[in-house]
Amino acid sequence: MKKFILLFSGAVLLTMGTVAKEPYKAGDYASDFNLRNVNGKMVSLTQLEDAKGFILVFTCNTCPVVKKYEQRIIDLHNQFNGRGYPVVAINSNDKEVSPGDSFEEMQKSARSKGYKFEYLYDESQDVAKEYGATNTPQVFVLSKIEGKLKIEYVGAIDNNSDNESNADKSYVKDAVNALLKGEQVPVAGTKAVGCGIKWKRT
Amino acid sequence: MKNLSFNIIILIILTFTSFPVQSQNIEYIKVPELEKILKNPDNKLFVINFWASWCAPCIKEYPHFEKVSKEYDPAKVEFIMISLDFPSQVEKELLPFLKKNKSSLKVAVMMDVDYNSWIDKVDSSWQGDIPATLIFNNMKKMRHFRSGEIDESGLRKMINELL
Repeated sequence: MKKFILLFSGAVLLTMGTVAKEPYKAGDYASDFNLRNVNGKMVSLTQLEDAKGFILVFTCNTCPVVKKYEQRIIDLHNQFNGRGYPVVAINSNDKEVSPGDSFEEMQKSARSKGYKFEYLYDESQDVAKEYGATNTPQVFVLSKIEGKLKIEYVGAIDNNSDNESNADKSYVKDAVNALLKGEQVPVAGTKAVGCGIKWKRT
Repeated sequence: MKNLSFNIIILIILTFTSFPVQSQNIEYIKVPELEKILKNPDNKLFVINFWASWCAPCIKEYPHFEKVSKEYDPAKVEFIMISLDFPSQVEKELLPFLKKNKSSLKVAVMMDVDYNSWIDKVDSSWQGDIPATLIFNNMKKMRHFRSGEIDESGLRKMINELL
């Protein structure tokens, strides 16, 4: 009986642990995942062997802030994919709450904008929860160190969502450029106004 | 005469179309004004909602703020809707939204989009997702912050708990 209670409280603690999980921050090691891309293929980060790291973007089809940043996300991939840091985009929005973020709508977005990067569907929202993602768009820059995924930067793409040419800090570009030179990332974390991730109704 | 009546018509049109926008309670703020709001020392409960006209859950809860604001004495509970609309879309999106919804709430439009420089001043737990609501009375050292959508009864409850 005692053993059972112990096991039970352990299980409760574990569940609580997953709910109240701290978001990943620079210095943490991230879990890999296995998510379906818009072509129906399952994708894991560790499978992408040529990459030195990743520009992981929690995004979606519907958020007006994402729309402001969409071209900048495409540009990041074009700029850094060839140098080992591809963009990997993830949509975690619940399709019941936000019908414009269904898998079919993701396929349409990827096709119409000609995404050259992976656009993955986090239908269970487990990856967003594991990473502690809250907004779209929100970026996690990861580097691969001995096969493990280290968080190098968490936050905004730059400091002007309204107009790229008025941004005087390009956080993600600066982070990846520093990593490519083997240097410390200058700013490890930022916050930005964005659309809250559309969690499943409980 | 024809010319004069034409001018009068134009004048009437201008008066009526611009009137609702001017009558709205709008100010444009940057970080110093935001800090002034957040540090207001009055013995009063401030209900601050961070929103934007482009944000679907925000415009869903906007009428709750409109309705609930009318249930309290403005001397005791002051509502301020801080708009995070893109500065380039204030004219095209925000003002028409306020006009269409006959908003009577006080709206402060945040013109500083360098969000990382001020999000933590609102609440260190806030990641910048909107909608978000902050309720405080600095004199009584009471504050409550939450991000995410709120319904009418939830808003009332949140206010009454600190009142």
